Amino acid sequence: MADTTLGFAQGGSNNLRVRGASVVAYSGSAPKRIVTGYGFWLFLLSDIVMFSCFFASYAVLVGQTAGGPRGSQLFDLRNVAIETGCLLVSSFTCGLASIAADMRNQRWFQIAMAVTCVLGLAFLALELREFADLIKRGAGPTRSAFLSSFFALVGCHGAHVSAGILWLLTMMAQVFAKGFRADIQRRLLCFALFWHALDIIWVAVFSVVYLLGSAT
Amino acid sequence: MSDQFQGLHSDLDVAPGDEEEARVGPRLIGYAVGLGLAILLTATSFFVAGTDLVWQPSIPVAIVVLAIAQMGVHLVFFLHITTGPDNTNNVLALAFGMLIVFLVIGGSLWIMANLTHNMLPMDQLMQMQR
Repeated sequence: MADTTLGFAQGGSNNLRVRGASVVAYSGSAPKRIVTGYGFWLFLLSDIVMFSCFFASYAVLVGQTAGGPRGSQLFDLRNVAIETGCLLVSSFTCGLASIAADMRNQRWFQIAMAVTCVLGLAFLALELREFADLIKRGAGPTRSAFLSSFFALVGCHGAHVSAGILWLLTMMAQVFAKGFRADIQRRLLCFALFWHALDIIWVAVFSVVYLLGSAT
Repeated sequence: MSDQFQGLHSDLDVAPGDEEEARVGPRLIGYAVGLGLAILLTATSFFVAGTDLVWQPSIPVAIVVLAIAQMGVHLVFFLHITTGPDNTNNVLALAFGMLIVFLVIGGSLWIMANLTHNMLPMDQLMQMQR
């Protein structure tokens, strides 16, 4: 109780609020952390708009199988469920890494990021195995308009995850070499946003492509 | 005077992804609750997709609703986009993004459905080309 009133009094009188690891003083223009985070949020939203174009083309072309296999004949839902689990838990461990970064705890940060990386790699490996299997069965991206749009949409998400893993490894190295400096913390904020946004897009992918594809 | 100054600064911004809460325990619980809800919604959607227990035409609607709910869970518990006054900018940007997403997807489906509807059936088209 005493704790909370003290915090409140501080927030009211000094216009100071402790958020995460940083103390933010409110006067003049917004602090750099907010400007950076907001700018990256706008980038993520434009990325989601780009994905919506891929979703639109997939939805339009889903019936154009040119006599080839339909989604329900191709998709292995067990594989998709494992991929989803990997990405979901990696989002959680990425959250743990954000907490560790705010606590400036090097060891827990590196552990959480390493687990996130392993789960991301497992996701990618499963996805690539699925793609290789489809191409081997003669259902590659050149087979039909449906499969072209499928590979474009799911492959685009996979490319984002690959880029995210490269970024993740870069952040592990930067934190290891430079510590939790303010600029590194801003990059970590952006990375966490990116990783969580990828998970949101995957929710749309597994629902629209895999589940609706095998239900109908 | 001092009240006005306070009022000016009452709706301060927060970066997307940043939390109000600074203590470790509640933040951990936040992420754990998010993970639990997300797993629950994912499991429900996979279950609904493969079951015969529900009315079949309702399945696509159920999957879409569950997906939107899960995206909401991710936004609130992982990205910390809330409805608080310090989040106005983030929410407005999100709303604008969603507007564009709905225009692109809905518009494409609408226009293409109209085109297919107005096009001659494929066999007649082939005959005309001969």
